[in-house]
Amino acid sequence: MHPAPSIIAFSTLSGLGFGLLFWLGIGMPGSTGLVAFVFFAIAYVLAGGGLIASAFHLGHPERGLLAFTQWRSSWLSREAVCAVATLIIMGLYAVGRVFFAADWFVLGWLGAALSLGTVFTTSMIYTQMKTVPRWYSPLTPALYLTLAIGGGALLAGQVIWALGLLVLASALQLAWWWQGDRAFAASGTTMATATGLGHIGTVRAFEPPHTGPNYLLREMVFVIARKHALKLRIIAFALGYALPLALLLAPFSHWIGLTAVLCHIIGILTSRWLFFAEAEHVVGLYYGKR
Amino acid sequence: MTTLPSSTRRKLGLVIDLDTCVGCHACVVSCKGWNTENYGAPLSDQDPYGAEPSGTFLNRVHSYEVQPDDGTAQLVHFPKSCLHCDNAPCVTVCPTGASYKRQEDGIVLVNEDTCIGCGLCAWACPYGAREMDAAAKVMKKCTLCVDRIYNENLPEVDRVPACVRTCPSNARHFGDLADPDSDVSQLVAARGGMDLMPEQGTAPVNKYLPPRLKDRLDRTEEIDVLAPFLAPVTDQPKGFLGWLDKALDKI
Ligand code: SF4
Ligand code: SF4
Ligand code: SF4
Repeated sequence: MHPAPSIIAFSTLSGLGFGLLFWLGIGMPGSTGLVAFVFFAIAYVLAGGGLIASAFHLGHPERGLLAFTQWRSSWLSREAVCAVATLIIMGLYAVGRVFFAADWFVLGWLGAALSLGTVFTTSMIYTQMKTVPRWYSPLTPALYLTLAIGGGALLAGQVIWALGLLVLASALQLAWWWQGDRAFAASGTTMATATGLGHIGTVRAFEPPHTGPNYLLREMVFVIARKHALKLRIIAFALGYALPLALLLAPFSHWIGLTAVLCHIIGILTSRWLFFAEAEHVVGLYYGKR
Repeated sequence: MTTLPSSTRRKLGLVIDLDTCVGCHACVVSCKGWNTENYGAPLSDQDPYGAEPSGTFLNRVHSYEVQPDDGTAQLVHFPKSCLHCDNAPCVTVCPTGASYKRQEDGIVLVNEDTCIGCGLCAWACPYGAREMDAAAKVMKKCTLCVDRIYNENLPEVDRVPACVRTCPSNARHFGDLADPDSDVSQLVAARGGMDLMPEQGTAPVNKYLPPRLKDRLDRTEEIDVLAPFLAPVTDQPKGFLGWLDKALDKI
């Protein structure tokens, strides 16, 4: 697909933000006062900033409130509900931490659960798409969740947890790439099933319906971004996982911590770019492409 | 609510005959014409007379070459519009309730006043039947010409979708596919009507009729039972050609 920068930024930054909120909600770190304020401020900028970036992707952001209405059927609507509920509950919890040095732990745990719910619903928006076989896998929510909690641990200074979770996330990332490269063939959707002409012989796209580009080709059959996929995978893996892991093993200092966080963010942005750029929609088959 | 109705009383849809479609694109033009002037936002074009024209269409005609293992290739023209799926994934993903499937006749529609233009429904459709209009920024799709088929201001003969009414080779048929006695259901039964991408689980209402078996150029002798009767009775041309023939022989 066409990788829209707003969507890539949203899913990466808000994932980290909600991951951080998860750790803050369960009281790790259990800071109070100014330190707590800084932690919550970072989390809200990331989570809220991501939400605002994604609203820019809409054709009619002014009607955005309607997106809260269909939570019974739509993952996008569930995500909107979860995200706002998280931000409200964690806001109240933050008031306790920052101003009263209090741990209103019921709110905190509820907020932590909602944070994970938000990341999960985000991942399900993609996972539900049977039309994009690469996304249609239980590994997708597993990767999103592990990355959010792992990245959140990195931001929250939970070094041991961050180490373990990043190792797990890197394994999931490799598994996700591995299954993704086979998913289209495994889906069973081909030009023969798309046209129903397979019983006659080999189907080849002879002439497209239009000579110019259209919405479908621009959005779903956008192949240009797939160039350099392997190089980008290596960069994503090195920056997103390997380097932060190495830095975490070094003796701790705030500068090293900051470098690890920045590396991780750039690496995950790259991996998210590939998540969208390499997505192959079955509609491409009607154009003889993928 | 963007949950799907558990069942629809009727299943209005199209049956598209891949055998008779000649690939003239008349349905594309009539669809664009009718739907840009009627239901919902117009179907806009961008840069229509420039170097890279692009626009919104609800119906498009692909062409495929099919090469059998043995014999000559066939060309199949392939019109494609929304298939008004029974199990429409485009409806359930919609966060606002703008996309819906009607209980009374199964038509899948978009309420353009509540669509936020997120594009998710177009992603959920395997057939590429939805296009976001670049000017109105709302999702457009085939309405099954809902503003024609029930429109009592039109003469009865015109109360069918614009594409069906226009097709010069009768390759598009409109009717109720829930009724086994309807013309369209009988056509599907007689000609082996099929679903596109059945493995996607969308349960399309629209059906496609596969091309009939073609005569084969390389086997015409085997089947040409009239050939002996049509053999030329004389090799000797008459009249001007006869004179020319003789004159040329003499040179
Ligand atoms: S063809 Fe596509 S847009 Fe139409 S109902 Fe089926 S899934 Fe939805
Ligand atoms: S583009 Fe409009 S109709 Fe489609 S899912 Fe989004 S809000 Fe619903
Ligand atoms: S039924 Fe109407 S809207 Fe649908 S493809 Fe035909 S002309 Fe277009």
